Amino acid sequence: MRCLSCHTEIIPEVTWSTFWKPPTKDVACLLCMEKLNEISEPFCPQCHRPDHKGVCKDCQLWEKTHTDVLERNVSVFPYNEFHKDIVARWKYRGDYVLVDIYKETIQRKWSASGFKGMQVIHVPLSEERIQERGFNQAEAIIGLLGERSISPFERTHSEKQSKRGKRDRMYSKNPFQLIEATSKPVVLVDDIYTTGRTIRHMAALLKETGCPSVSSFTIFR
Amino acid sequence: MFKTVKKYLQKDFSWIPSENPTHSYPSLTGKLLLRHEIPLEDEIVDHLIAQTILTKVTSIESYPWAYRCRRCGNTKSYMFAKMPHATCGQTCVYCRFCIQMGRVVACEPLYYGSSGFEWPLHEHPCQWKGELTVHQQKAADELVALVRTGKGEKLVWAVCGAGKTEILFRSITEALKNGKRICLATPRTDVVRELLPRLQKSFPKVNIQALYGDSPDKAGDAPFIIATTHQLLRFAHAFDVMVIDEVDAFPFHNDASLHYASERAAKPQASMIYLTATPRKKQKRRIRSKDLPVVFIPQRFHGHPLPVPQLKLTPALHRYLQKAELHPKILQQIAHQQQTPRQLLLFLPSVKMAEQIAEYLKERNYEVRSVHAEDRGRAGKIQAFRKKEYRVLVTTTILERGVTFPSVDVYVIDAGHVVFDEAALVQIAGRAGRSPDDPKGDVIFYHVGKTDEMLDAVDSIHYMNRLGRKL
Repeated sequence: MRCLSCHTEIIPEVTWSTFWKPPTKDVACLLCMEKLNEISEPFCPQCHRPDHKGVCKDCQLWEKTHTDVLERNVSVFPYNEFHKDIVARWKYRGDYVLVDIYKETIQRKWSASGFKGMQVIHVPLSEERIQERGFNQAEAIIGLLGERSISPFERTHSEKQSKRGKRDRMYSKNPFQLIEATSKPVVLVDDIYTTGRTIRHMAALLKETGCPSVSSFTIFR
Repeated sequence: MFKTVKKYLQKDFSWIPSENPTHSYPSLTGKLLLRHEIPLEDEIVDHLIAQTILTKVTSIESYPWAYRCRRCGNTKSYMFAKMPHATCGQTCVYCRFCIQMGRVVACEPLYYGSSGFEWPLHEHPCQWKGELTVHQQKAADELVALVRTGKGEKLVWAVCGAGKTEILFRSITEALKNGKRICLATPRTDVVRELLPRLQKSFPKVNIQALYGDSPDKAGDAPFIIATTHQLLRFAHAFDVMVIDEVDAFPFHNDASLHYASERAAKPQASMIYLTATPRKKQKRRIRSKDLPVVFIPQRFHGHPLPVPQLKLTPALHRYLQKAELHPKILQQIAHQQQTPRQLLLFLPSVKMAEQIAEYLKERNYEVRSVHAEDRGRAGKIQAFRKKEYRVLVTTTILERGVTFPSVDVYVIDAGHVVFDEAALVQIAGRAGRSPDDPKGDVIFYHVGKTDEMLDAVDSIHYMNRLGRKL
């Protein structure tokens, strides 16, 4: 077996307790696993910003401008250099299987988050982007969670969020159009929560049409 | 069944169309590209396909037990993966090995561009006015003969500092006169950057292009291309003359995909020229069994013998290195060396150690800098060292080859470390005494016990010096 990220061979440790069990399928080597670094306390209860006690400034600002739009966001990993590199390879180079190294951790976090049973909605991509990338990263994550999702949205093509500055993103036009309203509580799934702009664009549309509560689940914060 | 196994085991390029109609698209000729790498409208591409100037080929060969990516030749199962492909609606296999150069997916074809573009004939392309030594002359003659006959291979086994580039000039001239396309490939970006201005000066009227990871030129539409071996992944049956410099260097010697790509990039009737100072075991075996014709250049262009390394035993070496310090004996030697006008190149086995020792020497008031592979300012620091702006350069094996400093002494700290294999040590020793003004230089290997690699390196240097005396 090889590590998905660094391609070195994984040699499983054999002890008396593992000797009797069927071998586990490891996806990443110990060195890469150590670098994953899950978000742990303290974090902002609103958006999961790591290393922050209490509600963070950004969330307080959002609360002023977009009152009661987003319930809360749950994230799994801090978006640090290691994860940036993985995301670059996964999303922009298109190495689809790389996301599997997160599988175990995000499944655990998903069960602990209390989102199970809610209506899952993935963030759609524009037609041009999906042609270029070949897959939708949010759907890939939902696949890992073993959930089914719907997308009542359509998205117009625009510049990648990652290529924009913060100010530019905050005043960006809403690229989504809602096609179908829903009356159940929903959870939006995406890969990265940076400023929270994308998620709130969608949440605002859902709220306007009578959705009782909107939360979000993202891998990185 | 037998046929499929054979096809899998051999490098088979019969899928590249053998008919190459002439056309007027230099940027497509002899290329193997993904659709998004071709900057043309769909209609024009369809038109070119109808004329067989472009040919769609399957991108990933599928066998009952494995796959092979036709761009990089990868067959390792863990380097392939499947994904639900939104573009075609099915689960598709893609190659993870060459994904850095854009993803190759099984359902999307690769486009082969006919190599029928006609390159201009150059009457007198070479403006170089230097003289060749006897040894160089002999090698140059043999290479010209090879270029004339076409199909064939030749290894040039030349010591470090023999003037390998100059040997090529006559065969390059020969090829350019006949409108042949040439590629000079090397595993190292630094070498490509260094070669481009030298060759442009010698061949001022020829369109020469340098291709590497972040090169300003990306088109690859010149008759003379200098490229890193990775860039050959985008070529197929493109070159009449293929020169591979430093065939034994990392990453070329242990990366099967680069061998695959360089073989594919040459035309079936191409002349292949390999240059090296330190052939690997595999090549030596082929030389011994007379399978690979070889020509020796055992003497440097200035005619002086290669400096022979001195091996110095320093038993407490590791204890001091762990404390990020140098053995007092080495320190004393450095102090002594710094009294002379020569600069000092200090080789260490790892990036961390190189940085620590540079810091340690800085505290002792030496003018020191360190370089390693991930160093952004590498090119600048090397340039400054060449201009003698500082005295000591601490480095990892990254500087073992391809760089020339006129007058240096070379010390290797912990020469028994695994990163210093025979080839590396010979190359490192070859950094000293490069200039005719100062043909000598001290090469010292500090070790905690002689290794086979060290002894082989010393033997190999002695062997070349002996050959040089004889001739």
